[in-house]
Amino acid sequence: MERIPILRIGTLLLVTIQVDLYDDLALRLQDDLSNRIAELEATGVLIDISGLEIVDSFIGRTLANIAAIARVLDAETVVVGMQPAVAITLVELGMSLPGIRTALNVDLGMEYLRQAATGENGVGTDHYAE
Amino acid sequence: MVKLLKMMRENQERLLTDWLNGLKAIAQRRDLISDVEVREQARKILTLISNPPPDTVLEDFSSEGWQTVRDQLMAISISRVAHGSSPSETAQFLFSLKPPMFKLIREQLTTTPDELFREIDVTNNFIDAMALHIAESYIESRDKVIARQQEEMLELSTPVVTLWDGILALPVIGTLDSTRAQMVMESLLQAIVQTNSRFAILDITGVPTVDTLVAQHLLKTITAARLMGAECILSGIRPQIAQTIVHLGINLNDIVTRSKLADAFRLALDRSGRTVTQKPGNHTPVTAPAAGVS
Amino acid sequence: MRTVSEQIITRSEVLPIRTQIDLVHVRQRVRTWLSEERFTLIDQTKIVTAASELARNALEHGGGGEMEMSLLAVGARKGIRLKFSDHGPGIADISKAMKDGYTTAGGMGLGLSGSRRLMSEFEIQSSPESGTVVTVTRWK
Repeated sequence: MERIPILRIGTLLLVTIQVDLYDDLALRLQDDLSNRIAELEATGVLIDISGLEIVDSFIGRTLANIAAIARVLDAETVVVGMQPAVAITLVELGMSLPGIRTALNVDLGMEYLRQAATGENGVGTDHYAE
Repeated sequence: MVKLLKMMRENQERLLTDWLNGLKAIAQRRDLISDVEVREQARKILTLISNPPPDTVLEDFSSEGWQTVRDQLMAISISRVAHGSSPSETAQFLFSLKPPMFKLIREQLTTTPDELFREIDVTNNFIDAMALHIAESYIESRDKVIARQQEEMLELSTPVVTLWDGILALPVIGTLDSTRAQMVMESLLQAIVQTNSRFAILDITGVPTVDTLVAQHLLKTITAARLMGAECILSGIRPQIAQTIVHLGINLNDIVTRSKLADAFRLALDRSGRTVTQKPGNHTPVTAPAAGVS
Repeated sequence: MRTVSEQIITRSEVLPIRTQIDLVHVRQRVRTWLSEERFTLIDQTKIVTAASELARNALEHGGGGEMEMSLLAVGARKGIRLKFSDHGPGIADISKAMKDGYTTAGGMGLGLSGSRRLMSEFEIQSSPESGTVVTVTRWK
């Protein structure tokens, strides 16, 4: 069965999505991530979607679910590398994914997760403006 | 027919001289295009017409054999558009070939009046066809120029500037219609990726009015930037526009706004962990130096 | 109004929508066509996303069906039309189904309303006898 690999770096989990994401594969990723967060007591999850050509409502919902599940399991999630065309389309579609933290690239995403783990803040972008 | 082309070949230099003299006589604006260039263009046309591929006849300008002439006319029209000549000036260039041609035919093809008339008729129609072609090419070239300029205008109207490492600004000037708003959104998001900027300031000081549609576009841009991991700060909302926004019931609660671009910049610096301080003992003068007073 | 008679279909293809893998295939075929026809990257992304939403609807609510993809030309203007048909139970209240957030399958309910915003034209027909047909068009 096809699976998206999950990398562990310290207490962080790193996922790079490079294949065309079909629904079951996305759901499997959600399952796997939930298990790994609990098993490894991870403090953060980074999902790199720079390789995704589209994010439709299903994929968007899965990302939101992963972030929500991770939060319940006491881990932060950050989604990085969304392409401009994908972002414009998602907004037009009506999905602004308010519960998801985002960062421009893997480096900034990792920096955010490390700071979040030590209680600092300031790198990722969150929606709750001021 | 064949005789006509042969005659043109044999008298090419004379035709060229007469043609150019005729052009000078009708006083084309010679400041627009140099004599050398006109001469070169005229010579090329004459050479191409008098040496067509076999079985190519003057009676049918649209035939395959005249493709090289049509291409040359296209090239001339492009140069005329670039030099700012008018369409009639451009067509006149070819019409001026008629008198020298007719004169030559009358002198050299002294057979029967019928034949003379036929040759003149063929020549006349051929030159007309060329003039029509160059006029159409002229319009085609000019349309292309206009389309390119419109595109450039759109691009110029959305300049994304880097204020600091990781901080971008996009000062929007003029009315935002749907096309421009789309363009603003695309160039800002593209610049965010290219420069890896975490902060983007959208300054609307130069936007005269904001209606629901424009506000929606701005909101979409800001939301899309956030999805990519960048934070947008909206600055330059004039009091009138603030009133309109509230009046229209547009919700800007989730958006960070500042009244001035400078304030937005300061906020972005602050958020990225930077502060601006003044060096001790280096104060800005309170009054400007009295320049030009004697 | 653009009438049907002026439109010329220059290319056409039918793809099945029976499994999740078909859905991926639909996205890839639409993407290939659009890049061949030189649609901008943003247009490509919007159209492929709409195709993904509507194909999923046909699969999940209609029990599967097919997508007919056609390339249109009206004068110099080009467009792409995607027609999704299923043989499911149909939609009882279309205007309700078109609203943001309406969902029967536990999703976010953005399939129909969202893809309408991503495309230039949107048309929907539904009945319990013949299932649901959604036709969307986007002009270059």
